[in-house]
Amino acid sequence: MSHSLSINKRTGIWDWLTTVDHKKIGIMYLAAAGLFFVIGGIEAFLMRLQLMYPNNDLFVGSTFNQLMTMHGTTMIFFVAMPAIFGFMNAVVPLQIGARDVAFPFLNSLGFWLFFLGGILLNVSWFAGGAPEGGWTAYAPLSSSSLYTGTGLDYYVLGLQISGAGSLMGGINFLVTIINMRAPGMTFMRMPLFTWTSFVISALILFAFPPLTVGLFLMFFDRLFDANFFDPTGGGNVVIWEHLFWIFGHPEVYILVLPAFGIFSEVIPTFSKKRLFGYHSMVFATVLIGFLGFMVWVHHMFTVGLGPLANSIFAVATMAIAVPTGIKIFNWLFTLWGGQIRFTTANIFALGFIPSFVMGGVTGVMLAMAPADFQFQDSYFVVAHFHYVILGGTVFGLFAGLYYWWPKIFGRMLNETLGKWHFWLFFIGFHITFFPQHLLGVWGMPRRVFTYLPNQGLDTGNFISTVGAFFMGAAVIVFLFNVIWTTKRGERAVNDPWDGRSLEWSISSPAPEYNFAQIPQIRGLDAYWVEKMAGNKEMKPSEPLGEIHMPSPSILPLIMSLGLFISSFGFIYHNYYIAGAGLLITFACMFIRSIKDDHGYHIKPDEMSERDRGITA
Amino acid sequence: MIQWQHVKRLIPLIGVMMLTLTGCGKPYLSALDPKGPVAEMQLSLIKLSLYIMIGVVLVVAIIFTYVLIRYRKRPNQDGIPEQVEGSAKLEILWTVIPIILLIILAVPMVSQTFTLAKDYSGESDTVRVKVIAHQFWWEFEYPDLGIKTAQELYIPTGKKIQFEITSADVIHAFWVPALGGKIDANPGMVNKMWLEADEPGVYQGRCAELCGASHALMDFSVIAVSSGEFEDWVKEMKTPPTETVDADLAKQGEEFFNQSCITCHAVNGTGGNFGPDLSTFGDRQKIAGILEFNEENLERWLKDPQGVKPGNKMPNLNLNDEQISGLVEYLVNLKR
Ligand code: HEM
Ligand SMILES: [Cu+2]
Repeated sequence: MSHSLSINKRTGIWDWLTTVDHKKIGIMYLAAAGLFFVIGGIEAFLMRLQLMYPNNDLFVGSTFNQLMTMHGTTMIFFVAMPAIFGFMNAVVPLQIGARDVAFPFLNSLGFWLFFLGGILLNVSWFAGGAPEGGWTAYAPLSSSSLYTGTGLDYYVLGLQISGAGSLMGGINFLVTIINMRAPGMTFMRMPLFTWTSFVISALILFAFPPLTVGLFLMFFDRLFDANFFDPTGGGNVVIWEHLFWIFGHPEVYILVLPAFGIFSEVIPTFSKKRLFGYHSMVFATVLIGFLGFMVWVHHMFTVGLGPLANSIFAVATMAIAVPTGIKIFNWLFTLWGGQIRFTTANIFALGFIPSFVMGGVTGVMLAMAPADFQFQDSYFVVAHFHYVILGGTVFGLFAGLYYWWPKIFGRMLNETLGKWHFWLFFIGFHITFFPQHLLGVWGMPRRVFTYLPNQGLDTGNFISTVGAFFMGAAVIVFLFNVIWTTKRGERAVNDPWDGRSLEWSISSPAPEYNFAQIPQIRGLDAYWVEKMAGNKEMKPSEPLGEIHMPSPSILPLIMSLGLFISSFGFIYHNYYIAGAGLLITFACMFIRSIKDDHGYHIKPDEMSERDRGITA
Repeated sequence: MIQWQHVKRLIPLIGVMMLTLTGCGKPYLSALDPKGPVAEMQLSLIKLSLYIMIGVVLVVAIIFTYVLIRYRKRPNQDGIPEQVEGSAKLEILWTVIPIILLIILAVPMVSQTFTLAKDYSGESDTVRVKVIAHQFWWEFEYPDLGIKTAQELYIPTGKKIQFEITSADVIHAFWVPALGGKIDANPGMVNKMWLEADEPGVYQGRCAELCGASHALMDFSVIAVSSGEFEDWVKEMKTPPTETVDADLAKQGEEFFNQSCITCHAVNGTGGNFGPDLSTFGDRQKIAGILEFNEENLERWLKDPQGVKPGNKMPNLNLNDEQISGLVEYLVNLKR
């Protein structure tokens, strides 16, 4: 039975804590990612300050290792991942013409697990030291309390909790995209951002379980003195590396494919052309996703697995360059013959192309196993992955932000500030990371807090740090833009960019139920097709009627809090607290299972009123 | 604005090409200035891939620049550009060309992978060295010669050095960039690798795998000498020092050493293996792998080892000045 709860207001703290609306959850993901981005960025900046001069002593030894570990872990798990989930939440249901995701409650639970996992990790700064094993946390350095303090317990549990959240998110979007597409939205008519979201959801489904298993083994090694990774007790240190990279390699594709999706939306929109080679783009996406699972050993060429294993995985790795190349050329030929507008969203997408190509070619160089013996764990690698993750994922996230900001928040970001943001960031990025290729082959290992003078490493490091100042300035400009435009920004119309996909056919921001009537899809670039046919809006596929909505719930937050509390119990070996926390979580699960809640309905008359108010 | 940005973007690229050709970076450390066959092979592979990749980047950069200039939206431009679906021909072209380029790279790559994995331990001319990595120092053992050293690895030029590498605690990685790429030192496992030095010199080695607080300071030296000198060195190492320490101060130091340090450090075969073997400490070029060898630095180390190398396993023994000067006198006179 659905109860007649009146439509909840879209404001107030309580509303945010209990919401199951995918658009609000998307906003929360983006906000949390932004918060962690600032933290991770400060950590990066402090590291670069330490490395500005040889023999500097600002942050040495363990302190530097903590900064380095937290920076890497934060950026991968708590910035890039959630930002992508943010966009998936904010955009995917709109792009496929759905009113919601498949499991709204699970969606909220996924967010809170991620968020509290991130908070847990950062609490370690105030509880005797952050983890210091690098984001890869190789055993036995990380698995044995002989070598490291409690920081690593925070790492293990923080990632375990947030990993569970990511897994839920992945499953949710798989089901959503398979089941909830509007009539006519065949797979081959899906926008590329949705396609990449779909592929990475599948990757998440297969990649996170190995991480979960690895973290559990490490948890047992650390807390209960098990010997999975302890060679003196019969364990094996290489098993962690395998488990970690079977997760970790697909993970980097999980981060970069959605950015590819974003570019495939932004570039066609701002060159006023359809995406060149849509079919091969889809094929390349799927192929990259598949190959992503076949190449994890390229992170382990120096482990000593032998020439045969190294050769096979080297060749498999090089193969990924082919679908990636297809994508690059398809983007170039989308631009070819178009009318290119240099909006901020588009210059981020355009700046991505040369930056990412450079990261890609160094990837091929790294794939050459014998050459990798020189590159591995040197600054060359640091340069490579920043070119890929920053030049790929982060440029993509910024492009996506400028592009979808109006749809998500109903306001435009300022374009002039946006251009400042881009140029400072782009120039700073190359100044920071280009010299690091050279530092690597000149003999600088990664994860070092210092280098000795007169080894030829001084100038390169100095330049690199100067670049970090530019990037810092760029982020400040961006934050200012966000704050300023939230107060005074221009209000957004429904379709500010002359967009092509479905999300631009509804008001900005989208109403709670997304579509008053589910649209009928008649081709690729659904909205563009209608515009070309002279229609102002999408054709509905159903009559106007009551819309069923899920009820908000506080349970996801409390469930996640239970695990959060329980973690402290495990870290400090207080098993009463550990048990109590788990009990809270299980109690919530119990309540959720027995409580009958069928949500509520929005009546057609309530709808039109609200929709009218928003549309410009 | 847009145009010259792309020209500028090419400058660093051209820079790399020139630097690679000239082999920049400090000799004895840089992988671009190889001093042995392994590093040479690797550099040739790096160069091959670099040239092909620069080609790829140039092609993309040219198309990219052209497109941005040619197809930017002009004011008053109306109408809608042709909506091209794709082009099978073009798409096949940019699938096939990369495949060909990758095959060109893959063939020498695979053959080199196997060449570098050869095991030379059976051959008479090979010097075998067991490397044991510790937090944060290196132990070198010559099983066929019955010699052990720490922090400094002596090798003859022109001979293959066959390494057997392992670790006593966490994972480290053994890397001498000027002589060749690295391999991990895994606890509980032995990895093999060979290197060779063409010419005499002191090559810097480093730990390349994060191994704790002083990972950055886990350096070592590879001292390559001619075969003749190497033989002499071996002989000297095997004959116990004839000259005994006589100066009072040094005697005092020796006594103190035998009380307090011997549990961890060995000298001439007696003592612990927890810290580096100090038998020929007076001949070292570096203290703790990183400080220049002189009495001042030795004092600095003895006063506060944690300050020099944070997190290392040598405790601060709270020595007084007298004990320190005795120890310094004793240690710098430990020569072969
Ligand atoms: C804001 C600009 C950034 C700067 C100046 C910066 C700087 C650094 C520095 C100095 C390191 C340590 C390198 C080492 O010695 O190993 C590092 C590592 C790393 N960074 Fe960044 N970074 C930035 C942005 C990012 C972003 C946006 C990401 C990913 C989304 C990222 C991911 C990583 C990762 C995964 C590591 C490796 C950490 C580890 O080895 O455990 N960084 N970064
Ligand atoms: Cu080490």
